[in-house]
Amino acid sequence: MIVDSSSPAPTKNSLLLSSEADLQRTQTPYVTGTSVIAIKYKDGILIAADMGGSYGSTLRYKNVERIKPVGKHSLIGASGEISDFQEILRYLDELMLNDSMWDDGNSLGPKEVHNYLTRVMYNRRNKFNPLWNSLILGGVKNGQKYLGTVNMIGVHYEDNHVATGFGNHLARPILREEWNENLTFEEGVKLLEKCMRVLLYRDRSAVNKLQIAKITDEGFTISQPYSLKTQWKFKAFENPTVGAEGSW
Amino acid sequence: MSSIGTGYDLSVTTFSPDGRVFQIEYAAKAVDNSGTVVGIKCKDGVVLGVEKLIASKMMLPGSNRRIHAVHRHSGMAVAGLAADGRQIVARAKSEATNYESVYGEQIPVKELADRVASYVHLCTLYWWLRPFGCGVILGGYDRDGPQLYMVEPSGVSHRYFGTSIGKGRQAAKTEIEKLKLSEMTCRQGVIEVAKIIYGVHDEAKDKAFELEMSWVCDESNRQHQKVPDDLLEEAKAAAKAALEEMDAD
Repeated sequence: MIVDSSSPAPTKNSLLLSSEADLQRTQTPYVTGTSVIAIKYKDGILIAADMGGSYGSTLRYKNVERIKPVGKHSLIGASGEISDFQEILRYLDELMLNDSMWDDGNSLGPKEVHNYLTRVMYNRRNKFNPLWNSLILGGVKNGQKYLGTVNMIGVHYEDNHVATGFGNHLARPILREEWNENLTFEEGVKLLEKCMRVLLYRDRSAVNKLQIAKITDEGFTISQPYSLKTQWKFKAFENPTVGAEGSW
Repeated sequence: MSSIGTGYDLSVTTFSPDGRVFQIEYAAKAVDNSGTVVGIKCKDGVVLGVEKLIASKMMLPGSNRRIHAVHRHSGMAVAGLAADGRQIVARAKSEATNYESVYGEQIPVKELADRVASYVHLCTLYWWLRPFGCGVILGGYDRDGPQLYMVEPSGVSHRYFGTSIGKGRQAAKTEIEKLKLSEMTCRQGVIEVAKIIYGVHDEAKDKAFELEMSWVCDESNRQHQKVPDDLLEEAKAAAKAALEEMDAD
């Protein structure tokens, strides 16, 4: 069940006048996570995200887990407002609890969870009180792979590779060129790391500490955090002021 | 042992001259007429078992569940009026999720039993509510280990090593007392509960029944779940064999 905001339903008049309406205004995000990228591969889904939580332009939190498991069959990756992500995790926990209490041998798969999230996000948007996130939901159930995304407006779709935020602009072109449906685990990780490296160089809110998660029919693994090797020894960066009159 | 409470039994808010509230006692009779429910606390967990009397051959096996999960770590077996039982289970579920959202940890079984008992008791205090016609056996596993509680229609709740309610409760209790529960694992406990339920089932009075069992134990990762099918079959087979042995005497 989605818990509605605390205020009672304001009458038409009071909406215009009172501050009750302000409780339902569009917010601004405070602590945010940057891109998440995900691909389908031979055995399942791979999702990569860094562990940064930015406070505006400050890279304030460097140990934020932005990929989490949902039940047995799915993983969720989130970018955007971290506190809203935590709230979404609470909704999902309640959803999975009620599902498991049926004890009927069935459990919600990635497609169902994605649909639930879409409803939550879209309904919040319609009340002008969005959860400020872009979410990626990937998983495998009964051998069927599923990868979808939904954002704060409620726009949702599935694809073989998805990304949020800057990932859409920097990573997806690479994935369009180099993705194929028979990637092995090693090839998939290499591809994701290639994309994450580009994001690391070009996205100012990226931090060099990432996790890659995989989910298959057997279960999920979220890697320990690690860093990518970066290359800064370019000739153009040595003596950058040569030839610039008056610079130092 | 029925006593007529002429005049003093019309409302739950009336005491009789000898200090009894008859409506509560009548509610308990509803529980006594239901199929036997057994609960035992073993070394490593709790096992619940229900003798589900089948009203009609048309009913699908596995339907009309009498044992419900209340949260991940606890479950409840209901005896008596099934519809009343659903209310109690719904309330217990809501208390459990409420506790978790306020305190950030799973509700301790003792606290859950307290809350369920208070709710059941609530319905014995007002003339415009009737008492619940069902008793509940609550089993759960928290950081104090596995625990077993029983809540009666009067609202009293006690903690038990082993208990039973329903038709065959006297015979079941005698059997439970013979068991060495503190040395038993839940795997063994499941077989024993099956034997007890098959043993107390009255072939003459009631026709068919279905055995429903659940457990919360180390083996189930401290989660409440139906006893796995293979173990359930093993238990049923052992119970039937034990019955035949008794009949052969």
